[in-house]
Amino acid sequence: MTDTTKLATATAASRPMTGAEVVLAALVEQGVEVIFGYPGGAVLPLYDAIFKQDKIRHVLVRHEQAAVHAAEGYARSTGKVGVVLVTSGPGATNTVTGLTDALMDSVPLVCLTGQVPTHMIGNDAFQEADTVGITRPCTKHNYLVKDVEDLASAIHEAFHVARTGRPGPVVVDLPKNVQMGQAPYKSMEQARIRGRVEVREPSMERIEQAVDLLKRAERPVFYVGGGVVNSGTEACATLTELVRATGYPVTLTLMGLGAYPASDPQFLGMLGMHGTYEANMAMHDCDVMVCIGARFDDRVTGTTAKFSPNSKKIHVDIDPSSINKNIAVDLPIVGDALPTLRAMLDAWNRRDNEPVKNERTAAWWSQIEEWRGKNSLGFRNSSSLIKPQYAIQRLYELTRDQDVYITTDVGQHQMWAAQHFKFEKPLRWMTSGGLGTMGYGLPAAIGVQVAHPDSLVVCVSGDASWLMNMQEMSTALQYRLPVKSFILNNSYMGMVRQWQEFFHGNRYAESYNDSLPDFVKLAEAFGAVGLRCTSPDQVDDVIREMLKVDRPVIVDCVTDQAENVYPMIPGGAAHNEIQLAPDDDWGVVKGSEDGMVTV
Amino acid sequence: MTMPEERHTIVVLVDNEPGVLARVIGLFSGRGYNIESLTVAEVDKERGLSRINIVTTGTRLVIEQIQNLLARLVPVHKVQDLTLEGPHVERELALVKITGTRERLVQALRIADFMHARLVDSTPGTFVFECTGTSDEVDAFISLVEPAEVSRAGVVAMARGQSMLQSDRSE
Repeated sequence: MTDTTKLATATAASRPMTGAEVVLAALVEQGVEVIFGYPGGAVLPLYDAIFKQDKIRHVLVRHEQAAVHAAEGYARSTGKVGVVLVTSGPGATNTVTGLTDALMDSVPLVCLTGQVPTHMIGNDAFQEADTVGITRPCTKHNYLVKDVEDLASAIHEAFHVARTGRPGPVVVDLPKNVQMGQAPYKSMEQARIRGRVEVREPSMERIEQAVDLLKRAERPVFYVGGGVVNSGTEACATLTELVRATGYPVTLTLMGLGAYPASDPQFLGMLGMHGTYEANMAMHDCDVMVCIGARFDDRVTGTTAKFSPNSKKIHVDIDPSSINKNIAVDLPIVGDALPTLRAMLDAWNRRDNEPVKNERTAAWWSQIEEWRGKNSLGFRNSSSLIKPQYAIQRLYELTRDQDVYITTDVGQHQMWAAQHFKFEKPLRWMTSGGLGTMGYGLPAAIGVQVAHPDSLVVCVSGDASWLMNMQEMSTALQYRLPVKSFILNNSYMGMVRQWQEFFHGNRYAESYNDSLPDFVKLAEAFGAVGLRCTSPDQVDDVIREMLKVDRPVIVDCVTDQAENVYPMIPGGAAHNEIQLAPDDDWGVVKGSEDGMVTV
Repeated sequence: MTMPEERHTIVVLVDNEPGVLARVIGLFSGRGYNIESLTVAEVDKERGLSRINIVTTGTRLVIEQIQNLLARLVPVHKVQDLTLEGPHVERELALVKITGTRERLVQALRIADFMHARLVDSTPGTFVFECTGTSDEVDAFISLVEPAEVSRAGVVAMARGQSMLQSDRSE
């Protein structure tokens, strides 16, 4: 009997297995296909169990933080739960950034951490850390499994918690003796899963009220976030149907990009600090705002005191604690986006509606078109320097006919990618929104490529961000994952430099990246392909070459060092105080005294 | 627009498991909310349930947040804002130690008598009183007998009337 069939037979018969085998069997039953991990002393029994089976694939990363980001990329591009396996102590503490990132952006993960044996916990043993203590504030829930009898239930419950309600990361800490103990397997059916994380059915009464408000609105706007993407492709399709049925404008948050097709004329672009003029002005001046699956984040609202002063606000969210947190709303609806959107669409269609282009909203649309006329994402192109916006536009144009997934790091390049890459479909855009984690992009791209081996996966990055997890090039090479790193190299931590320029008198303290590596040689050192473009006329050729290569590629796109991200709502300002690029008579961006303290 | 701070008593029914109190306290400290008083003890041995009583202050929005964030925790069975939900009983217990001359102790005993505090221990030159009542009553007793060493148990609370606090969770 092979070990795999033994595992399967044991699963069926519920005869004792080792704890490590129980974990593997539970993962298989949960539908796990791939684990991102890094071995170590406290997880050797689990790695031994992985070695003896062939149902679950293990991807060896080069740093535990990257394991979590890879699992995030996998989860966010598939809608499945991402799985991480790391050892105790430093293995576990290295996951903290990734776990916090996943918590902020509501990404479903299960992170298995090794732990010293139960009798040594608290002894300051080698590679011991209080993992449940350290990860308590950065997980949706966590477990320390002290008894092998509880193991199967803990794993099943961990998956349940990770994927239900507002998704999030869950840590299961597994002492080595528990992995080596013996216990019968418990299936999902037999396991004791606490059902606390239930999703409430949305209130139909409130949905009717919301649609009544919408139907009377003269200046409506839909403000939609990542919650709709998390709810699934069907929720995004239903959103699109509802928005089109109403004929109203829609704006998306950074996390929501792709939930509504970017090419649609009703789409106003992204909103927030670096959102479009029309989206932010519409948010400020609207009379009815429908927020679905977004959380009134400070990057979106600007100063809350002056946020959309004259609107009735409807807020649909799966997480009651997101409602009335930053902004008091008039009509809260707790529920998953999909059933809520379906019910709203149904309620809308049941009413006697005017045609989409009607008198009531005509003035609003002509106002929006006037704002749109400002072309707030416009930039003055150059024939000698590569403008980063131009590079992203070319990347978008030259990959339009492909099934493309974009990941980013954090900073200026992230904003330009969000502004200039147009997403027609959900699950194609992976970025660190809430936490703003530099170093997210490359490992996330690896996770996406593992999930979609035949698709094009591009990590749009900056020179500073990319270096933060560059060791993952080895992972890409080992598993023949042809991820493309498209680095907008301006030799600066661009967003830091931009803020120093605006708010700290051009004193570029420590934001210049001296001694950068030669990215082309670096690519070659890893066994990948390195390409470079330094002038605008080379950009297309380099992108075409990048697309031709069926191997990992690093593109060193050397851009204008002085370019800033516009439009911008400086800290402490309101949506209607948004500032466009300096060409447009706005002068230099200046923050208020109050705004200086905001991040 | 600043909203007034309100004082609320919230009771939480939780699984009695390691770390559950840390989760609750971490939620308050992590988000900068106040804890005026917190008590916890197992109340249902068979089902392994503990009850946590929290007295907190905050704006209406903060109180709503606290309730929602507590309800989000996996080991939490039930959250009830007693202040919001109507009439309820709040009691507190304190041990109060007085030292000093015979005159001082006799006077404390007299105060204890009309304040309904009970003498639970005495050694030469010291009395220990047990005082139960509302927080205000306990405060009043302490202020009358000070200086004293005080150990307070914190507020325990319960809604009045027919309703019984039960787990929301299906078995």
